[in-house]
Amino acid sequence: MEQEVITAIRLVPLEHYVILSLLLFSIGIAGVVFRRNTIIILMCLELMFNSVNLLLTAFSAYHSDPRAQVFVFFIMLVAAAEVTVGLAILVMMKRNVDSVDVNQLNRLKW
Amino acid sequence: MVTADLLFSLVPALPLVGAVLIASARRYLSGTVAGMLATALMVGAFVLTAVAFSTFDPSTGGHTVRVFDWIQITGMDIPFAFRYDALALTMMLLVTGVGSLIHLYSIGYMHNDARASTFFAQLNLFSFAMLLLVMGSNLLITFIGWEGVGLCSYLLIGFWYNVPDYNYAARKAFVMNRIGDVGMVLAMVLLFQQFGTLEYSVILEQADGFSANAPILIAATLMLFVGATGKSAQIPLFTWLPDAMAGPTPVSALIHAATMVTAGIYLVVRCSGLFELVPLTQDVILVIGTATALLAASIGLFQNDIKKVLAYSTVSQLGYMFAALGMGAYSAAMFHVIMHAFFKALLFLGAGSVIHALGGEQDIRKMGGLKGSIKITYVTFLIGTCAIAGLPLLSGFFSKDLILAFAYQRSPVVYAVLVFGALLTTFYMFRLLFLVFFGSYRGKAHPHESPLSMTVPLMVLAALSVVGGVINLPHLFGGHEALKHFLATASSGISNETLHLSVTTEWILMGSTVLLVTSTIAYAYGRFARKAELDGEPETMPLFKRLLAERWRIDPLYAALFERPFGWMSTKLHTVGESRIMIPLTNGVGGAALRIGRVVRRVQTGNASFHLLAMVVGIIAFLFITLLST
Repeated sequence: MEQEVITAIRLVPLEHYVILSLLLFSIGIAGVVFRRNTIIILMCLELMFNSVNLLLTAFSAYHSDPRAQVFVFFIMLVAAAEVTVGLAILVMMKRNVDSVDVNQLNRLKW
Repeated sequence: MVTADLLFSLVPALPLVGAVLIASARRYLSGTVAGMLATALMVGAFVLTAVAFSTFDPSTGGHTVRVFDWIQITGMDIPFAFRYDALALTMMLLVTGVGSLIHLYSIGYMHNDARASTFFAQLNLFSFAMLLLVMGSNLLITFIGWEGVGLCSYLLIGFWYNVPDYNYAARKAFVMNRIGDVGMVLAMVLLFQQFGTLEYSVILEQADGFSANAPILIAATLMLFVGATGKSAQIPLFTWLPDAMAGPTPVSALIHAATMVTAGIYLVVRCSGLFELVPLTQDVILVIGTATALLAASIGLFQNDIKKVLAYSTVSQLGYMFAALGMGAYSAAMFHVIMHAFFKALLFLGAGSVIHALGGEQDIRKMGGLKGSIKITYVTFLIGTCAIAGLPLLSGFFSKDLILAFAYQRSPVVYAVLVFGALLTTFYMFRLLFLVFFGSYRGKAHPHESPLSMTVPLMVLAALSVVGGVINLPHLFGGHEALKHFLATASSGISNETLHLSVTTEWILMGSTVLLVTSTIAYAYGRFARKAELDGEPETMPLFKRLLAERWRIDPLYAALFERPFGWMSTKLHTVGESRIMIPLTNGVGGAALRIGRVVRRVQTGNASFHLLAMVVGIIAFLFITLLST
């Protein structure tokens, strides 16, 4: 079963995975930096996480080393925790300034 | 520890207990109760000392009582130990004996003072420190006591701290003592470096191997002597003692006449073996002592404050003792220390009784004719005056004549100066006596005799001033110099000293001194008892007399030489060093930080998206740096 999956992954060349990850990651960064909607920013963060996860699994399959997949699980866990905090901030933000525009958070220097 | 040693080491513990107890309970104790407690503990200490004294066998030469190990590290072993020998016992008897009397006297003298219990705590603390000073078997224990008495002296001079002048006097005493203490510390460092120990016995033993005038010994003894000049008020550090009279009179009697100021003499006698090896230092001591004796006596001539006269007299008498030390006459110096403690304590306490009787008046121009109203004080004061003048068979007669005999043997110049000083002493002491007690009363108060707690110490001290001389009665009067032989067991310097004058010479010296002294008394009687010749303000006096009345202008001289340059330096350091350099420098550092902050602050916009952008840019920059550097 596992061997089949690995074989399936190996059907696509490694460069493709790397390029896809790079694209996903860049889209994530661009979203975080340029979008103003906080929800989108959070989604972009998730996108970056998952691009890294994708890369890790690809390398794991190509190197026949399952340790990388352990990291993938860790990252998913941390991302889940991060999202709860992020969404909580989002809720508070909506309540306080009645907006999800990240530029409303302009008092962080105090 | 054998019983005698135990009792011996308990002596300083009693006043310490008293000091701690009274100090912690001072709000709840009345002055009288605190005074009685303090006095009882001092008497206890005296009894213990007397027991230790009676069981002591002088022929053993004494031994060291190790109380506990104190500083023990590689190459250094300084125990907390006492020296149980003739010299320590003599000083302890003096401190606890005279101390007890003065404690008792203070009960009456201080009974109106709101802070009397504090006073007694400090007085007990002083006794403790003084006992440590004379009992210590090494220089460090002595030094603890040395600093302790300095502290108590400071506290007690400034006891009435709401008078600014008294605080100034206290500070002056403290600072001048500190100058001497530097000498003491340097001496300790030198001796420790040379001998690897601070124990007197070991140092003295090893010093025998040195040649006379070895540089290290010259330095060490001179430094010790600097320490002694500070504590014992010798030229050039003597000006604090007259000002120290700001303290309550029992303090002047105990600290600034009988005990603390003799610490310097004790120290030199304790280290006599060292000083014997350095004739140079001995000569310095002789010159300084003689000069101080004369200088202080000359200042005493025209002072109008009853306590100031006695203060200069004390400085002068201390000068005699140092002159004796300089001539190697250690036993004569110690003899005079004890006799001086008796009659000078008596005189100070008598002066205190006069001041008490007149409600705080200290100016002798506003006294006079008091012999009728305060009889006991008068009689005892008269005895003290006769004793200090050295009238035959009184205590001062024997001790002073011994010093004069040594001076005659040493050099006619020293002898002449010291005799002249003795005549000055006689003159100003009788001037004081006549102006205070003879003639008619010139003040406005109503004199009344002091209470019994004050007059009893006066009578005891008067009796001691009369008969005290017997402890060292010379051969000439059928004695055998008991004190000298007793002290010789503890001090190599004393066993070495020799006085070889023919009996006729001694009689002639003694007779001429007595003759001169009595004629001086007669002269003083004519000027001050018959017609009470009063001095006006110094400005109206002829030049030389004015110089004396203004104390040779030494205080202004010191002010010009040291205080003002120091003040000038401080002002300059403030106006230039502080205001022009330090403040601009520190303010500049702060200002620069502020200015940099003002620029860099712009980065902190507080905008979340900007921060995110900055973070990403930063990460990318780091990535590039790591990639480029590999």
